[in-house]
Amino acid sequence: MKAASPSAFTRPELVCPAGSLRALQLAVDAGADAVYLGLKNATNARNFAGLNFDDAQVRDGVAYAHARGRQVLMALNTYADARNLAPWYAAVDAAAEMGADALIVADTAVMAYAREHHPSLRLHLSVQASATTYEAIEFYRERYGIRRAVLPRVLTLSQVQHVLRHTSAEIEVFGFGSLCVMVEGRCALSSYATGQSPNNAGVCSPPSAVRWSDTPGGVEARLNGLLIDRYGPDEPRGYPTLCKGRFEVHGRRDYALEEPTSLNTLAILPELMRMGVKAIKIEGRQRSPAYVQQVTRVWREAIDQAATAPDRFHPTPAWTAALGHLAEGQQHTLGAYDRPWR
Amino acid sequence: MSEPMMEDAERIALTIGPVLYYWPRAALLHFYAAMADSAADTIVLGETVCSRRHEMKPDDWLSLARDLHAAGKQVVLATQVLLESEADLRLVRRIAEQRDFLVEAGDASALRVLAQSGAPFVLGPHINVYSRPALAEHAQLGAVRWVAPIELPLDVVGCINPAGEPVRVGDLPIATEVFAFGRMPLAFSARCFTARHHRLSKDQCDFRCRDDADGLQLDTSDGQPFLVLNGIQTMSAAQQCLISERGALREAGVSRLRLSPSSQRFDEVVAWFERVMNEGERADQARIALDALSLPGGLANGFAHNAPGLDWIAR
Repeated sequence: MKAASPSAFTRPELVCPAGSLRALQLAVDAGADAVYLGLKNATNARNFAGLNFDDAQVRDGVAYAHARGRQVLMALNTYADARNLAPWYAAVDAAAEMGADALIVADTAVMAYAREHHPSLRLHLSVQASATTYEAIEFYRERYGIRRAVLPRVLTLSQVQHVLRHTSAEIEVFGFGSLCVMVEGRCALSSYATGQSPNNAGVCSPPSAVRWSDTPGGVEARLNGLLIDRYGPDEPRGYPTLCKGRFEVHGRRDYALEEPTSLNTLAILPELMRMGVKAIKIEGRQRSPAYVQQVTRVWREAIDQAATAPDRFHPTPAWTAALGHLAEGQQHTLGAYDRPWR
Repeated sequence: MSEPMMEDAERIALTIGPVLYYWPRAALLHFYAAMADSAADTIVLGETVCSRRHEMKPDDWLSLARDLHAAGKQVVLATQVLLESEADLRLVRRIAEQRDFLVEAGDASALRVLAQSGAPFVLGPHINVYSRPALAEHAQLGAVRWVAPIELPLDVVGCINPAGEPVRVGDLPIATEVFAFGRMPLAFSARCFTARHHRLSKDQCDFRCRDDADGLQLDTSDGQPFLVLNGIQTMSAAQQCLISERGALREAGVSRLRLSPSSQRFDEVVAWFERVMNEGERADQARIALDALSLPGGLANGFAHNAPGLDWIAR
């Protein structure tokens, strides 16, 4: 059992996304305890053009963070291509050589390689590994020495607590950002429609498959030819992520899977801390440096305030407004932590 | 363990995958009575999608397993894929503890429990094995067979576990099974989409998924059948069909095909696969017949060919 007295509150690490060196620097300056980044290839789950780090940028980023006492985590969280595993193994070697503080991994092939060749390199289990129970987390801890697990965005608060009580691995949870309604690492919707998925290519609903067109019926967003959404003149348009489209089921057109909402767990921050959650993750390596900076600032302030006075903690209107302004789709939800649809 | 572990080198074995939908008990038993008389070698039993579905209790599945075994089928018991609660874990342990039937692991929780038990087991299609070293890692746990993830192309399957040089556990080669027929399980969520469609909460869902024997169809706004909702699972509307791929399957080292149940005339599906895969019949006529039997969404084989899963690549 973790201690429950407020004075023993562990202050969770604030783990922020960096899609570029600029974002990394702004996140560090805004108070991130750790930033996570990926290389410019399919070895990470945000494999987008114009995003991510080359080796020199990783070195600069690590130097910048370490000089300020912060950490750099490298996301290596896709599944290695059976036809050519070299980029994944090279990324493990690079992370160790360039001084990354931990690797975020999902593939047992990658974990085994890291364990064998860089036994002192710290491993975090990526959300892409879909470990939803303590048995699953313990499996990876015992076999591959993973020190921390990032929980999929599907568990309720009490389920998170149950996991925490039964594993000695640290637990990291998502705090803010785009919401995956599907269990990460187990979603082939994107490859079904386009051939590319988070697991096999590090992308979901890839931009190369998106086509916008202006039609008499409205502006249409298609993914590899499939009509994902059609917008009226006054409707806000979102990126056509497959699971956030409008479809017809029994003649009713609706968001049949998920509305374009955004996860925000500020309201339950003290509870997460009381449970002993070790780190709070902010989603969004694909977002702008300015976005990362603003979100990091709010969360830094919130975590510090919750750690100082958990019983008096209440999200300030300024935080809520700032995050609301930044959030995709403008609408916030606690996601699975508090299932209104349960 | 009463099951034969060695695969017949010539035969392409047929596995009836778990029924992914929520069928009424009578329909389910009727289906399995037909499968007992089919050409299938192996039948996978169990509720893999939703823990709320209760038409069959664990003892009912075991009893059905014994009946099918007595009818000459190899039976495999599958564990649930998305686990959330301690009750879910208890069920996994219970399935893993019995030693009469092989177990198919649905997630890493099951891997830990099965590895600890020392029993041989099958890697289900939702265990993420994407490369040969990953398969070797899982072989060390006691896996005797793997069902390739749905999105893996056949050439990659062959690269991971080639016929000439399979991953081995001791002397035993790991057998490869691929998902060869049926609506494809594509995603899982904590949320129930069927309940959501009916404006019901998950805990008071009225078990409405029981009304959709082949899932609840979802179309694009211009009327193209695209997906089906099956409770917390999202599936393809198109049915995977690898009936025309015998050569490529052989080349990829595949020794087993998974046929995923649908509610109508599934015995004919099994019979067509048996004739084409094991009795030398040409695939053309079989494909036309299966196309005629297919659900809205038609047939697809794109994943096998490095293409979007919903595509049909003519050979």
